[in-house]
Amino acid sequence: METDQLIRTLAADQNVRSRSVGSVLAMALLCALPISLAGFFAVLGFRPDIMTAMHNPFFDFKFVVTSSLAASAIAVGLHLSRPDASPRGWIWLLLIPLALLGCGVMSEMMMPQSRPWLVRLIGNNSRACTMAIPALALPLLAGALIGLRQGAQARPALAGALAGLMSSGLAATLYASHCTDDSPLFVITWYSLATALVTAIGALAGSKLLRF
Amino acid sequence: MRGRDDEWTDLMRSANAGDGTAYQRLLRAVTPVLRAGARRGLARAGQPGDQAEDIVQDILLAVHLKRHTWDANAPFAPWLFAVARNKLIDALRRRGRRIFVNIDDFAETLAGEPAAETVPAREVAGHLETLPARQRDVVKSIAVDSASIKATAAKFNMSEGAVRVALHRGLASLASRLRKD
Repeated sequence: METDQLIRTLAADQNVRSRSVGSVLAMALLCALPISLAGFFAVLGFRPDIMTAMHNPFFDFKFVVTSSLAASAIAVGLHLSRPDASPRGWIWLLLIPLALLGCGVMSEMMMPQSRPWLVRLIGNNSRACTMAIPALALPLLAGALIGLRQGAQARPALAGALAGLMSSGLAATLYASHCTDDSPLFVITWYSLATALVTAIGALAGSKLLRF
Repeated sequence: MRGRDDEWTDLMRSANAGDGTAYQRLLRAVTPVLRAGARRGLARAGQPGDQAEDIVQDILLAVHLKRHTWDANAPFAPWLFAVARNKLIDALRRRGRRIFVNIDDFAETLAGEPAAETVPAREVAGHLETLPARQRDVVKSIAVDSASIKATAAKFNMSEGAVRVALHRGLASLASRLRKD
């Protein structure tokens, strides 16, 4: 085919309006969310004492951290869906959840505690946490990757890693309402481990799926 | 290159507003620049320049299918060159070459550069044959026979909407086939 023939053909294909990456990503995540929710309620469910737990600031703080991870990953992921976008100036947004978590650890350290720090760090649910978050994240990761495919990423593995971060942020927000370990030390250890796992899977999948 | 970049940006804005003539003018205007950049990139990687036209068509398809990722408030040229660079790297990687793409391969057009003879592209035409029948017929009718959407619809006894959908899907499958081989 001559290049000029191709150009005429492309020009003929003008009326199909392409959706923005943001709306496709939102739609894909909304489609994936019920799957994760179903899994959550079938296997885990809310912790029994959730009404009293809500008065514990460290319980509530888990949601601040996990939702800020999801939000910052979505913001950076959408920014990098343009081929000419640079991660510079944006990537630091991902430090917000980590910085928040650091503040949480410090403030817990400054309070009198009945249990030693290592006991709080290990907690009671470390295994459940590192398995449940990735399991809840997988449908969301698939949704995030489908959504980001609408973009044109210059760095597919990085974009995939961001899909991993957004999906683990959302999955961890769900899981946090089940888990009875509220210590920021527990969160910074096990939630981070689970997030790192999902992020690695996302980066690997992204390097294959997000090339355009 | 200020004047040229502004002109491209204006054309792309009109194209997004539905001006098909502006869109064709824009694609025709960028093609020689992309061709020169592709040649430069191939030469730098020690590759013969005869694949340049394939790379140009690959870039044009990507520009078309990803144009919604261009921010209409930003200049068009940096976005275009980012897409082009990505496609050039991809092409070199598929041919097992070490990647060495200079940022400026596309951005700099040497004044008075001779228009080297073009070797026709083969990849898009080759993949066209492997498309599902309906998509292939529609794309061929519009690309090769220069038929309009309307004439194509009449020829295949389809609605114009169905022709548009088949055309768009056909172009998207062409792009994904180019990515895979």
